Amino acid sequence: MDNTKIKVDNLNLYIGKQHILKDINIEIPENKLTVILGPSGCGKTTLLKCMNRLTDLYPDVKINGSIFIDNEDVLHTNTDVTEIRKKMGLLSQRPFPLPMNIYNNVAYGLKISGRRNKKALNSRVENYLKIVSLWDEVKDRLHEPASKLSIGQQQRLCLARGLAVDPEIILADEPTSALDPISSEAIEKKFVELKQQYTIVMVTHILRQARRIADHVIFMYMGEVIEQGPAKEIFENPKMERTKKYLQGAFN
Amino acid sequence: MLKKVEEIFFRGLMLLSNLIILFVLGLIIYSIFKKGLSSLSWEMLSQRPHGGYYYGKEGGVLNAIMGSLYLSVGATFMATIIGVPVALFMNVYLVKQKRVLNFIRYLLDLIWGVPSIVYGAFGFSLMIFLGIKTSLLAGIITVTLFILPIMIRACDEILKTSPMGLLETALSLGSTKTETSFRVVLMQSFSGIVTAILLSFGRAIGDAASVLFTAGYTDSIPTSLSEPAATLPLSIFFQLSSPVPEVQNRAYASAAILTIIILIISVSSRALSKKYHKNRI
Repeated sequence: MDNTKIKVDNLNLYIGKQHILKDINIEIPENKLTVILGPSGCGKTTLLKCMNRLTDLYPDVKINGSIFIDNEDVLHTNTDVTEIRKKMGLLSQRPFPLPMNIYNNVAYGLKISGRRNKKALNSRVENYLKIVSLWDEVKDRLHEPASKLSIGQQQRLCLARGLAVDPEIILADEPTSALDPISSEAIEKKFVELKQQYTIVMVTHILRQARRIADHVIFMYMGEVIEQGPAKEIFENPKMERTKKYLQGAFN
Repeated sequence: MLKKVEEIFFRGLMLLSNLIILFVLGLIIYSIFKKGLSSLSWEMLSQRPHGGYYYGKEGGVLNAIMGSLYLSVGATFMATIIGVPVALFMNVYLVKQKRVLNFIRYLLDLIWGVPSIVYGAFGFSLMIFLGIKTSLLAGIITVTLFILPIMIRACDEILKTSPMGLLETALSLGSTKTETSFRVVLMQSFSGIVTAILLSFGRAIGDAASVLFTAGYTDSIPTSLSEPAATLPLSIFFQLSSPVPEVQNRAYASAAILTIIILIISVSSRALSKKYHKNRI
């Protein structure tokens, strides 16, 4: 049995009077690639944002239940949000490079955690840019604004930036939805490599993508978790009617 | 067919209103320079008023130029160090409290609309309360209060356009809200913030009513915060109310100087903000 990295217990989330997430109970295995699958608007992204408490930023959100990461309740009011967020890198739908140059984008997370040794920074920046296969493309223009990169390069830069702060978990919210097929493939490949060391949680509505890379699948529909389990079981032998329908392409 | 007529009609209307604005602006600049240029001389820029200046004798408005610069740079500086953090606070810390945020914005819009003479009167009673005399300091305090809502709302409007995803990104990297505010959100909106500061500076240097009771007027250049200071708008007012035609023309020259100062500040800070603009996402 795999170790559970993230455990969500009876999570309910309301925005105003709308019940967005309904009784979510899931377990996400350590060092595996877990895909949260489901049609648009089913609450996948909201669930992901609960994990690093970005939901704190949204008005009228009410949450009850708990999310345990290494036995610490993320949602508890006494939890240090900043520390929790450092454990998780986030990759959003559209890449958001920071408004600074390429080098500082990767070094930002290190600098704010107080690492200012120039040599160490240089080697770490190089290292993480190499991990995401971006180094060769940008090594001669590290001091150009990150916004000059193509959108695919920006997404890889964002991945490098997230990895540079030594997270244990990578949260990815449809990380390939704004990218062209080649860049998408690059990100997918990286994820498959990275899952040896990181627990990856990826939200997607692309069925083929989930089939290609998922180890573990959580299928959501209309704010509920319909089915969860190892990817093989879900894809080959879904138990629930709605999962079957989705896999056959009945929704979307 | 009707749609086409409608389209042409409204396009014409927009063109017309644009032309009217441009025409009025051109007319103002033309009349200032036409009447002022004859009096605009090096003496005007480099000397304080000498004896009999207000009867058309020699001297210049250096007192008002320096006074205005001291006053508006001081007030803009104060308003920036108070106003920019307030706007950042609203857009990073209060982003969840939509109702509170809307209420603050509403309040700021209200006090933005308060006429500057009311600020002058308020500043005056504040001076009595604090026991300070008509001085540069009192002027700076009053003008700071007067431009603060403008500064905050202008910065706020800029920061509002900073994408939510950027805020989420910075926070998810483990930055605190303060680090997010100053290192990410502020950098993203830097050129807009410069524009907001400029707008406030323009209001500060151009206002006469708020400094009338507070900074006072003097023919000398202030050497400390406790001395009164002359300002260009008041100098225009005093010269224009003179019956002597030469002095009246000098009012237009002063207006031209004021316009040129604003132009110089505006152009140079825009060039400066370009340097930061390139990193914007």
